[in-house]
Amino acid sequence: MSLGFTTAAYVVAAVLFILSLGGLSNQESAKRAVWYGIAGMALAIVATLGGAGAGLWWLSVLLILVGGVGGWVVATRVQMTEMPQLVAAMHSLVGLAAVFIGFNTHIELGHAIAIKDAALQKFSGMLAGGDTVFPQMFGLLVEAAKSGDANAVAELHAMVGTAPSDFLLSLVKKTGAEIAILRVETFLGIFIGAVTFTGSVIAFGKLAGKVDGKAAKLPGGHVLNASAAALSLVMLAVYLQTGSVWALAVMTIAALFIGYHLIMGIGGADMPVVVSMLNSYSGWAAAAIGFSLSNDLLIVVGALVGSSGAILSYIMCKAMNRSFISVILGGFGGTTGPAMEISGEQVAIDADGVASALNDADSVIIVPGYGMAVAQAQQSVSELTRKLRAKGKNVRFAIHPVAGRLPGHMNVLLAEAKVPYDIVLEMDEINEDFPETDVVIIIGSNDIVNPAAQEDPNSPIAGMPVLEVWKARQVFVSKRGQGTGYSGIENPLFYKDNTRMFYGDAKKSIDQLLPLID
Amino acid sequence: MKIGAIKETFAGENRVAMTPDSALQLQKLGHSCLIEAGAGANAGYTDAAYTAAGVTVLASAKEVADAADVVVKVRGPEPAELDLLHEGETLISFFWPAQNPELLEQAKAKGVTAVAMDMVPRISRAQKMDALSSMANIAGYRAVIEAANNFPRFFTGQVTAAGKVPPARVLVVGAGVAGLAAIGASVSLGAITYAFDVRPEVAEQINSMGAEFVFLDFTETQTDGAATGGYAAPSSPEFREAQLKKFRELAPEIDIVITTALIPGRPAPKLWTEDMVGLMKRGSVIIDLAAERGGNCDLTVPDQKIVTDNGVTIVGYTDFPSRMATQASNLYSNNIRHMLADLTPGKDGVINHNMEDDVIRGATVTKAGEITYPPPPPKIQAIAAQKPKEAAKELTAEEKKAAETAAFKAQTRNQVALIAISGGLLLLAGLFAPASFMSHFIVFVLSCFIGFQVIWNVAHSLHTPLMAITNAISSIIILGALLQIGSGNWLVIVLGALSVLMAGVNIFGGFLVTRRMLAMFQKS
Repeated sequence: MSLGFTTAAYVVAAVLFILSLGGLSNQESAKRAVWYGIAGMALAIVATLGGAGAGLWWLSVLLILVGGVGGWVVATRVQMTEMPQLVAAMHSLVGLAAVFIGFNTHIELGHAIAIKDAALQKFSGMLAGGDTVFPQMFGLLVEAAKSGDANAVAELHAMVGTAPSDFLLSLVKKTGAEIAILRVETFLGIFIGAVTFTGSVIAFGKLAGKVDGKAAKLPGGHVLNASAAALSLVMLAVYLQTGSVWALAVMTIAALFIGYHLIMGIGGADMPVVVSMLNSYSGWAAAAIGFSLSNDLLIVVGALVGSSGAILSYIMCKAMNRSFISVILGGFGGTTGPAMEISGEQVAIDADGVASALNDADSVIIVPGYGMAVAQAQQSVSELTRKLRAKGKNVRFAIHPVAGRLPGHMNVLLAEAKVPYDIVLEMDEINEDFPETDVVIIIGSNDIVNPAAQEDPNSPIAGMPVLEVWKARQVFVSKRGQGTGYSGIENPLFYKDNTRMFYGDAKKSIDQLLPLID
Repeated sequence: MKIGAIKETFAGENRVAMTPDSALQLQKLGHSCLIEAGAGANAGYTDAAYTAAGVTVLASAKEVADAADVVVKVRGPEPAELDLLHEGETLISFFWPAQNPELLEQAKAKGVTAVAMDMVPRISRAQKMDALSSMANIAGYRAVIEAANNFPRFFTGQVTAAGKVPPARVLVVGAGVAGLAAIGASVSLGAITYAFDVRPEVAEQINSMGAEFVFLDFTETQTDGAATGGYAAPSSPEFREAQLKKFRELAPEIDIVITTALIPGRPAPKLWTEDMVGLMKRGSVIIDLAAERGGNCDLTVPDQKIVTDNGVTIVGYTDFPSRMATQASNLYSNNIRHMLADLTPGKDGVINHNMEDDVIRGATVTKAGEITYPPPPPKIQAIAAQKPKEAAKELTAEEKKAAETAAFKAQTRNQVALIAISGGLLLLAGLFAPASFMSHFIVFVLSCFIGFQVIWNVAHSLHTPLMAITNAISSIIILGALLQIGSGNWLVIVLGALSVLMAGVNIFGGFLVTRRMLAMFQKS
């Protein structure tokens, strides 16, 4: 297949990818959109394998199939509650692949420069101003060899060996300035890839509970990150000057450290931001690799993924009323004064009390949080919803943008439990309805329903948009114990007169309710 | 300990301080219960019911007072009743210590410990024993019922075949517990209800009960309700004038007025003057819940219902809770029971009169031959101080337009600046970078733009599938590996092969998991 055909295939693939992302604007078109993505990917791979420049295609196909089986097995077995860690794990693969490809580029580039230098030495008499003239000459030679000129083929083979890859030839063709740019691109690709790799591995560990979810920093804190970044910058200068593999290796180690240490310092509830940030990084890594390989499709898709992740991070940060920087630097910002004193007491209630309130209620809003995911209570919640709806009650769900550990986490869990998506509403859609609601059930969420965000200007979460559940007539909080939420601040909601605490494991608590709803 | 309830001696008082239900609860605290024969009769509780609940019924108040360690009753004690008590005995009832200094002296002389239910501080923890609130709640409800009883029309508006019935207009003055209860009852009967209070912070509560807050156009910084324990404070003469003017405006339209305005420790403020009564329509009703303290209306006669010359009925009853004696006894006995529960922290029938406790300290007016009234201010503030609310000002059309143009200009400025800066940077890059780089750069920048436009439209609920699908398509990085794997260098082949393998996992895993998720989203 010709270069023109491959390019055309790339254009079609790029359009398909854009349609695939655009299709996620609603649930129905999303089911179609995923097929656009699959078609785009298939087209891109076939066109690349069949097009100019790909070698060892049988090995490639074999490896894709082997990898594909692995991916298929993982994807079919994974529980919906494990989705955050799966996404994080898959990001790490993209990051590592970017690192490998970057190193490959470096190796091939070294090879190409050696060829170029040898040729320049050989023809030094004939080619004055070799750096600009040689690439042109070499380009002509490659063209001639392709068109079957026996002399040209012999000449080319003498220069680069008998079976040169197209990629190598394209590198030899580069001028000095282009090589400098290529080095920057390769460097960036490896850097972002390495940060993504360790960052995602740590994020995976935290989400899967294999690494302690608390924010932990090595002594020195962000100074360590900053010095590692500064070291990488120095290495960039060294690499540009010398092209030494050591500079690249040192930078890679520094970048791996940054990824590790940065994510270690971010607590569990900030994971929605972290995962979408890593998502963004994996896109930018792909784009940087695309630049170094002069591959437009890689650039397009990298940019799409990168901007998608960036927007998600922005939305998550906004939902917590925090700046991206403060999330990345970890921990909550300092308070400006003493927190408002909370008076009153937490009043507990048993299943009978909750059930009778539910039986009397006309409208119910359920606010799920990470606690529901931890307790795997979504099926029970769904059953409760079904029972209440069967009695003609208006049951809805209110989802805060940062509920859970992944953007949209709660929606996916509820969908898995077959809760119809048209009763699952966003914060902005439902916040005004709380005053007319009889009963609100809060399942495993805390900070996102904390009235201190609105009432106490000194609260660490002051100004964060929250679900105004306390305006409802009655609020039941299903919660393990009296502890505070992720931010570690007291929740005055639990002390309000219309709040009752329904202590216990979320799943067990809801299961107790089920037989009592008649 | 023995808890004894005696029969109320005040004429017309039907309530009782102990019910069979509350007696059962008291016994759970380890106490035993006594009651004077016939004490619950007017509230609908027979002696047999008490006996069944394990209460010892004694013939006279004296017997009860002698046998008991704690005497509970409703109304403040008469001197004769106080005389019955012996030294060291505890009395729990209303007391009104500020108005009854001589009773305090008598209790002190007798060595009686008096716990005044009207002195329970208004903090969240003490709500369960706040008898003033529970009685006010009943009074508010009953006030509406009395009004309906004396009002010759419907409360709710109707359109019938026989003609249209206009809804009654009710004005509730003072939105305390009684006022809010009255609002609730009146709204649920279908009347158009207005409410007024000098504390602007209760406007929200009034609205939440379904009434309309009568807004007074008067700019004066009101004393914070928190400073006075949630009660109203006396207002300035100017404020009072503005308030009366507003009432005069409303009087001709209002059918029913329910006044509940009380200021702690003072006679009731006169809010509904004689001329306002004169302005009202024939058949209108005024219920004055403040009658006991002189009434909010000029013409109120305590304990009586009068009809003025222009046909306005003014009800000045002071015994609204007693008119619903069963309900009132039930709630009051629960208040008493909660007070005793706090006094019996061990649930072992031993009373521990802990004067360190804010609630107990506040309510105790005499103890061990000493007068402990007035109590020191409670350690916990009753209500959080109100933050002055910045009322959103209604903007005029011009102001709105000006604001819009300003916003538009600012936006334009920002965008132009952003475009200029980024454009400048791009041009700068173009000066130095080779053409091959710039052509890719164009693709990159445009793709970022498309990405931003497309992603903003993605539904919030689909953010997880979005991440999964972007993850899947970010494995497009496989193209780089595919292009490199044909190299002659073995290291490049190995690294390339690993990349292809990982990307392969990602492609299949990512798309499959996205499909799984999306398939789950179902419409109801």
